[in-house]
Amino acid sequence: MTQTKLLSANQAVAWAAYRSGCRVAAAYPGTPSTEIMEHIAEFKGAIDCEWSVNEKVAMEIGVGASLAGVRTLVAMKHVGLNVAMDPLMTFTYIGAIGGMVIVNADDPSLHSSQNEQDNRSLAKFAKCLLFEPADSQEAYDMVCAGFELSEKFQVPVIVRTTTRTAHTSTLVNIGSGERGEAPSIPYQKDARRNVAVPAHGRLMRIKVEERSAALRELSETSPFNRAEPGTGDLGFVASGVAWQYVKEVFPGAPVFKVGLSNPPPIEKIRAFAAGVKRLVVIEESDPVLAEQIRAAGLPVVEPETELRMMELNPMRLAALRAELLGDPLPDVPAPETGLPTRPPVLCSGCSHRGPFYILSKLKAAVCGDIGCYTLGSAPPLAAMDTCVCMGAAIGAAVGMRKAGLPNPRIAAVMGDSTFFHSGMTGLLDVAYNRIPVTVMVFDNRITAMTGHQENPGSGHTLLGVESPQARVADIARAFGIPRVHEVEPYDLARLETVFTECLDSGEPAVVVVRGPCVLHEKWAGKHINAVDPDKCTACGACFRLGCPAIIRGEPKDAAGKRFKSKIDPMFCTGCNLCAQVCRFDAISPVQ
Amino acid sequence: MTIPRDPSVPFNISLVGVGGQGTLLTSDILALAAMHAGFDVKKSEIHGMSQRGGSVISQVRFGARVFSPIIPDGQSDVLVSFERTEALRWVHLAKPAAKILVNNMERIPVTVSSGLQPPAADMDRRLAARPGLRLLDANPLAEQAGNIRTANVVLVGALSTLVPFDESHWQTAMRERIPPRFLDVNLRAFDLGRAAVQ
Repeated sequence: MTQTKLLSANQAVAWAAYRSGCRVAAAYPGTPSTEIMEHIAEFKGAIDCEWSVNEKVAMEIGVGASLAGVRTLVAMKHVGLNVAMDPLMTFTYIGAIGGMVIVNADDPSLHSSQNEQDNRSLAKFAKCLLFEPADSQEAYDMVCAGFELSEKFQVPVIVRTTTRTAHTSTLVNIGSGERGEAPSIPYQKDARRNVAVPAHGRLMRIKVEERSAALRELSETSPFNRAEPGTGDLGFVASGVAWQYVKEVFPGAPVFKVGLSNPPPIEKIRAFAAGVKRLVVIEESDPVLAEQIRAAGLPVVEPETELRMMELNPMRLAALRAELLGDPLPDVPAPETGLPTRPPVLCSGCSHRGPFYILSKLKAAVCGDIGCYTLGSAPPLAAMDTCVCMGAAIGAAVGMRKAGLPNPRIAAVMGDSTFFHSGMTGLLDVAYNRIPVTVMVFDNRITAMTGHQENPGSGHTLLGVESPQARVADIARAFGIPRVHEVEPYDLARLETVFTECLDSGEPAVVVVRGPCVLHEKWAGKHINAVDPDKCTACGACFRLGCPAIIRGEPKDAAGKRFKSKIDPMFCTGCNLCAQVCRFDAISPVQ
Repeated sequence: MTIPRDPSVPFNISLVGVGGQGTLLTSDILALAAMHAGFDVKKSEIHGMSQRGGSVISQVRFGARVFSPIIPDGQSDVLVSFERTEALRWVHLAKPAAKILVNNMERIPVTVSSGLQPPAADMDRRLAARPGLRLLDANPLAEQAGNIRTANVVLVGALSTLVPFDESHWQTAMRERIPPRFLDVNLRAFDLGRAAVQ
């Protein structure tokens, strides 16, 4: 009996891994790919799964498992593949034995990312097979097909989702939903095949070209690449979720649907193009397909409508329709104006707030990193100068010191998971080269931003099994950092003393600020606070904490320019930071 | 009264709120109910920052066949907002004749409380001026059901009167999605929301 379920593409990937007999899965969390491994963990008896320390390690685990002959899946967000490119670029020469599927989630429109890179170019660069699912059913089907094709052609297979497909739930027929068993491939030691030294690598290089020729043949015959007949002068080539928008906005038009997009099915597209007057390529984000189609000598419409940046949607294709067919633009109501923005903020009681408040007060140059604490860059805290990529804070701080930045106080700030991911190597550089910067690890013992995944500091694995808690301070001492402190995040005077001492010490220093994530542990103080309006002078000091529990109270005077503060009892956690910054003793516990 | 519709085009519902208000649970229940009612369905959401107090949006489309997971602006048949400011922020998603359900509560963004931006001017008038908009005091009804955190499900109950599913499909969806120990209080919240608009 077949089952139909409402699944996100992330869930569908997990079901496909289970169905395909996948045995080993590894990932590092990253929006929008995180839920893949959380759902694979539901099949823990059948699939060995883990949160890896970073994406490079996850990829290398996949490499080992594949060479050992079992099916393996690795998952990461788009920028995670940058970290994992090193093993991938050579593994693609060596070639898969057990099927290897890499699920890689791009983030058009940068909903939760630092850039909008289109990883389809990386699939082409790595000469991998690439699938672009348009919905969860295709994510399921393509992962299942990916394992088989990976084994048949000895090629790593990348399935490129996007934020929209990863987080859209659609109906999926998962067949019987039962576990499938993959063919068992006995391990063989074979240095010429698996040891990529130059002499072997040159032979592998030739085989990669032969494989690419075979993959081009495959793409031309794959059922994932198909022409859908229609009427009208315009013919579309569309991949991924862009196909959905074409079907919606240009109903009845001929469409060539590209599902297996690297290598692209150029000859099939050539035959399709012969039957249409004008060929339009719709893809999200870079013109990866369009450039290859043009290079094959096929004319492709170059619309004026901007479709290269940011997520596509039906409104943008309606603008294209107006341009190409002269149809009127649909009436769209204008958004309301004069509304305050509602950006995400550090939670009330967040353990990151106090240290950022002090860094801001000390006017330190702060190289930041990727995580919840990046929110410390926003006003009113405004306590961050840079944010680049996972782990970059430390190297950037070192570079600023070497450049002779006039500010003598230079700090690098990152969270625990980011430190383990790729901060440790930067810290070793600080110790080794004796660079006078202060590295601050805001350690809440969890990977908070992506939804509280375990990490090497949390004391538990993905499956909740106890594991040793890696201590940042111990690692710093082992590296030879001369000045290492551990402090708790809610005592502002103590934070100021320790931060000042380290920043002004003229030597490498590490401060580990240890406090749990209030969202994760539902931590709360022993009381909540309230503002005494008679004592409050509307000085605004507590507002500068940027705490969502501190809200505007009554106006100070008739002019109504300045306001006293008030504390929302629904959100106050009793962290007591506001009481510490109030110089008028106006904030005290509710009796 | 369910909204009359052309079966060849999808029925579109946008749900908006502030991170932590239960927007995503609500859209899960709606999408599951649509599936049980026999429709093709797509539920799309952006929730990277949802737990950090940011603005959250989820969209559900159902019909004979649904392509785009994104509802074009101005094409939502129903807009459900869990907060007053968010209702205004997203009102351009709704069709001119759309039904708009708004929880009559306000959560002040930190941009306003910290004095960086002025609050929305004239909110009462702007909400009242919008045809088809109904303010619902979901928080007191949720307390009456037994837990203030079920205010989102009060709105699901109200929404259920606008959508062409049998009540049994809503019940099935809630049983699938809500843990058993919270089920009774949520079923009460659903009934109170449904009764409030009938």
